[in-house]
Amino acid sequence: MKSRHLFPLLTALGALPAQAAQLDVSVQIPQLDVAEYHRPYVAVWVEREDRSVAANLSVWYQIKRGGPAPAGADGKPQSGTKWLPELRQWWRRGGRDLKMPADGLSSATKPVGSHDASYGDKSPLAALPPGRYKLVVEAVREDGGRELVDLAFDWPASKATTLEAQGQSELGAVRVAVKP
Amino acid sequence: MTTFTRNTTAVSRQDAKTPRKSESRKAFASAFLGVFAPLREARVFAFAVAMTLPLAVQAHKGWLAPSKTVLDVDQWITVDAGVSTEPFVRDHNPLRLDALTITAPDGSTVAPENAATGKLRSTFDLQLTQAGTYRIAVLNEGLMASWDEDGKPKRWRGSPASFASEVPAKAKGLKVSETRGRVETFATAGTPNDGALKPTGKGLELVPVSGIADLFVGEDATFRFLLDGKPAAHLDVDLIRDGTRYRNATGEQHLKTDAEGLIKLSWTAPGLYWISASVSDNKASLPQATERRASYTATVEVLSP
Repeated sequence: MKSRHLFPLLTALGALPAQAAQLDVSVQIPQLDVAEYHRPYVAVWVEREDRSVAANLSVWYQIKRGGPAPAGADGKPQSGTKWLPELRQWWRRGGRDLKMPADGLSSATKPVGSHDASYGDKSPLAALPPGRYKLVVEAVREDGGRELVDLAFDWPASKATTLEAQGQSELGAVRVAVKP
Repeated sequence: MTTFTRNTTAVSRQDAKTPRKSESRKAFASAFLGVFAPLREARVFAFAVAMTLPLAVQAHKGWLAPSKTVLDVDQWITVDAGVSTEPFVRDHNPLRLDALTITAPDGSTVAPENAATGKLRSTFDLQLTQAGTYRIAVLNEGLMASWDEDGKPKRWRGSPASFASEVPAKAKGLKVSETRGRVETFATAGTPNDGALKPTGKGLELVPVSGIADLFVGEDATFRFLLDGKPAAHLDVDLIRDGTRYRNATGEQHLKTDAEGLIKLSWTAPGLYWISASVSDNKASLPQATERRASYTATVEVLSP
């Protein structure tokens, strides 16, 4: 008899943001047969249904060799931040409000291959209210093109789900695994 | 009584011969846009001009072409300014920069750098040192007069200060109109703001309702047109996308503001867009003038999503 009352209780608990919920993101940078190759700038973020940013997950851009950008003649940073507005959706959705480099968010550009990251209860996602979200990956490359790939997912997931999308030019496979 | 007229509205004098009419129209438009800064040149065009001023003339279009409009703080833009039959096509005359005003996001006025006027276009650079939206405007104001002198039509264009000394007060058939033409564009560094976008309350102006900085294909933009600070209802607005040289049709869109002066624009393709409207009425603010013509042109940049 007791278990009958317990079940709805557990279900109700399940509707709350689960402590252990996790989002695994994999972004593939494709190998391109071009004469002059520059690694792409990539931004990864989670957006709400109204397209506002729920969480910024990562930004890969050219941070000059030797760590944080050195100051230029005018005392201001002279890094590749100049080209960040080219990630134009990310820029308008809030990228322009961030100060670069940003701890736990920005890093150097990545080479060809798959790049994986997991976001759990210590990530910005932990505070997300339950709902339908989109993972957005935007890439832009010097002397190259621009591409945006998105994947809609429910957070937190009721059961483990893997979603995949395939970029056509600047991005390869983009995969999201949502775990309850 | 305010009447809103389309740019191509026929002139009121129907008896003028067509070729002469179009010639005078061109001269009027060019002079109006400040292309011919020296007064003498404007007078050269005074031949063949009908006594009645064409109320709505725009054979040539003034434009500003910014290199980019969405940037980060401290980045530079370069802006070209010209007058031509098709917007952004550098094949006719420069737009003079004498009346250029750049308003920074905090409302202060900043100066352009490397300003130069060439044969086909003017140009200048601007560093966006403040976060927010800059307004770049060329505002040409003045008086135009036409009268009959010994049976020959005379035309004059100048400032209210020189009006009394240069225009005979008792000229036969003297007709004086006030012109106010605003050609604008906008550029944003970082997060947009509206510190530079406050309307002046004079002439024809545009106020962005849904923002002027983040225009994307697939998203509608809403702007409000104001005439003397009040909504310009049922105003004809023309919209042209850049790149006319590389397509067969200009693809001009004729739109109209609603009763609240609002206009909703749907972008079909990315690019620079030329948005323009004009009004002719009898609400001249200068005592010498009986008519006024107010025009407004904006260039906005639309990106692909």
